[in-house]
Amino acid sequence: MTAAMTTNLPAEAMRTPDALAAPDHLLRRVARSGRVIAGGGILLLVVLACVGTLPMTLNSQSLWYFNAQRPDLVRMPPSGGAVALWWGTDNLGRSILARTLFGGTISLAIGLCAALLSVFLGVTVGLISGYRGGWIDSLLMRAVDVLYGLPYILLVILLKIAFEQPLIALLRYPGGANFIVLVFAIGAVSWLTMARVVRGQVLSLRGQPFIEACKAAGLPESRIFIRHLLPNLIGPITVYATLIVPSAILNESFLSFLGIGINPPVPTWGSLAAEGLLPALNPINPRWWMLVFPCTLLAVTLLSLNFVGDGLRDVFDPKRDAAKI
Amino acid sequence: MIQLLAWRLAQFPLILAIIYLITFAFVWVAPGSPFGAGERKLNEAAETALKQKFHAESWQQFLGFYPYNVIRHGDFGPSMQYGEWSVNDILKSALPVSITLGLFALTLGAILGVGIGTLAAVHRGGVFDWLSLSLVLLGISLPSFISAALLLSIFAGKLGWFPIGGWGTLGDIVLPGVALSLAPMAYIARLTRVSMIDVLSSDYVRTAVAKGLSRHVVIWKHCVRNAFLPVLSYLGPAAAATLTGSFVVEKVFSIPGLGQHFVNSILNRDRTLILGTVMVYSVFLLVFNLLVDVGYAFVDPRIDVSAKSSSK
Repeated sequence: MTAAMTTNLPAEAMRTPDALAAPDHLLRRVARSGRVIAGGGILLLVVLACVGTLPMTLNSQSLWYFNAQRPDLVRMPPSGGAVALWWGTDNLGRSILARTLFGGTISLAIGLCAALLSVFLGVTVGLISGYRGGWIDSLLMRAVDVLYGLPYILLVILLKIAFEQPLIALLRYPGGANFIVLVFAIGAVSWLTMARVVRGQVLSLRGQPFIEACKAAGLPESRIFIRHLLPNLIGPITVYATLIVPSAILNESFLSFLGIGINPPVPTWGSLAAEGLLPALNPINPRWWMLVFPCTLLAVTLLSLNFVGDGLRDVFDPKRDAAKI
Repeated sequence: MIQLLAWRLAQFPLILAIIYLITFAFVWVAPGSPFGAGERKLNEAAETALKQKFHAESWQQFLGFYPYNVIRHGDFGPSMQYGEWSVNDILKSALPVSITLGLFALTLGAILGVGIGTLAAVHRGGVFDWLSLSLVLLGISLPSFISAALLLSIFAGKLGWFPIGGWGTLGDIVLPGVALSLAPMAYIARLTRVSMIDVLSSDYVRTAVAKGLSRHVVIWKHCVRNAFLPVLSYLGPAAAATLTGSFVVEKVFSIPGLGQHFVNSILNRDRTLILGTVMVYSVFLLVFNLLVDVGYAFVDPRIDVSAKSSSK
């Protein structure tokens, strides 16, 4: 079936309720969305490059090792020859390419874990709050207000200091404890916006006739939640979830900028950007490669994440073909 | 509506008190001390004297002294880090700067964001949609310290169009304002686009078009108002965060705003200043969230904000 034929399907066919539920229809629509393909393709390439090179970047014997300090190769500009030196080296003679790829793995993992955590928390609280209303709504939303009122750096520093040592003792692996504490700290501040947005959306949906009809028909609440409210919330939830992944990565980079992110020498895209900023803006002898390569990969990845989110949103939207004016 | 407003306003002192106590608890149990943190190591006698001076020997003493002054005189006490300065002095000098800059950035972000989002939705899938969104999203695809530093080094350094940092003249506001507006602009453009696409497919829009209204009127008069709802829920927290300053933008452009104190006070464990900045931020947040909830009712009268009649 060619693309031209499928896009000419009558709009009505897309809007039947079954079209939303059938998985093969969804997959076919995903395959037709330019944004999802383009963004997802780039994202997949970046993820494969980052994760696929892990055996090399974690091998301490290799030139690709993320912490391979080579005094003879300090601050080398990008050059041909050995692949590890294509993007130049940093102040300690470590390969920028290797560090960027390994840092990407860490950054992406932080973004993914924090987003999953905050989608779960935010959607649960937002649904209950918006649907139930009354004192439950007041209580939950005031709790959200209170949590919003606390600056998250305070939370991060506190969580980091309070839980990192016990976790290190428990896991016997400092890097892992550092990572878990950071994900929880970032996830714990990211779900608040999600909760408020979901609640706002539910408030607006709740007043509409189809929910009244569901209640009148005597549907159990769990069914109303999952079959009737959630599909209408998929748009905002997807959009916010894909906003959370980049914002979690950016939050981590801000913490790296302050020096309280993932502990060195483990790189993240944020810490590489923070490290590269001063050498790159040096007016006399700018070492642009230390900034440009990590930042480009970071920006490309976050842009593709945004495009995937937008594309998926169009796919999930039951009314997608009607929006022409 | 007035009843709701009064009820929410009446809750404010309680919420603020809870935030004060939680923050205090965090600050008190957080390892590290405001005295002798960093390079200077104090001897024990000096540290005791300082603790006595700042009423910080025990948590009972701290809570017995400061909250009373806050409630009675609105006085947060002296800053534990800066000594000679009171927290109120710091807030008084820094807050106006941050509010000025924040208002500029927020206005810029909201106008451009809604405009770009609406146009992108109308030209959905077209060249404008792709180009404008990519450009806007680039603003939140780079860490803010990078985009701010790039703006500074290009427009102030290379081109020399604007002063290199500082605060006081009209030209000083432009670059930091733009840097600060990038994030809200991107979020608003994106939220507007998404909800605008929903709105464009609703029946009343078809009716409006069918009865012969011009595209222009339908889009900018009828649709934008209804597409604004998700943007509104974002604007509450965004306004509070933007108006109280940004650490990164203030640091890059050397602006004497409040944002730097949020981070520095925490890194210095400056307990009184932390409490001061957190309370200012909380008041902004509560007020703007209340405004947002009131705004819901104006934008979409169907929404029952008090939600008393529901859940049966």
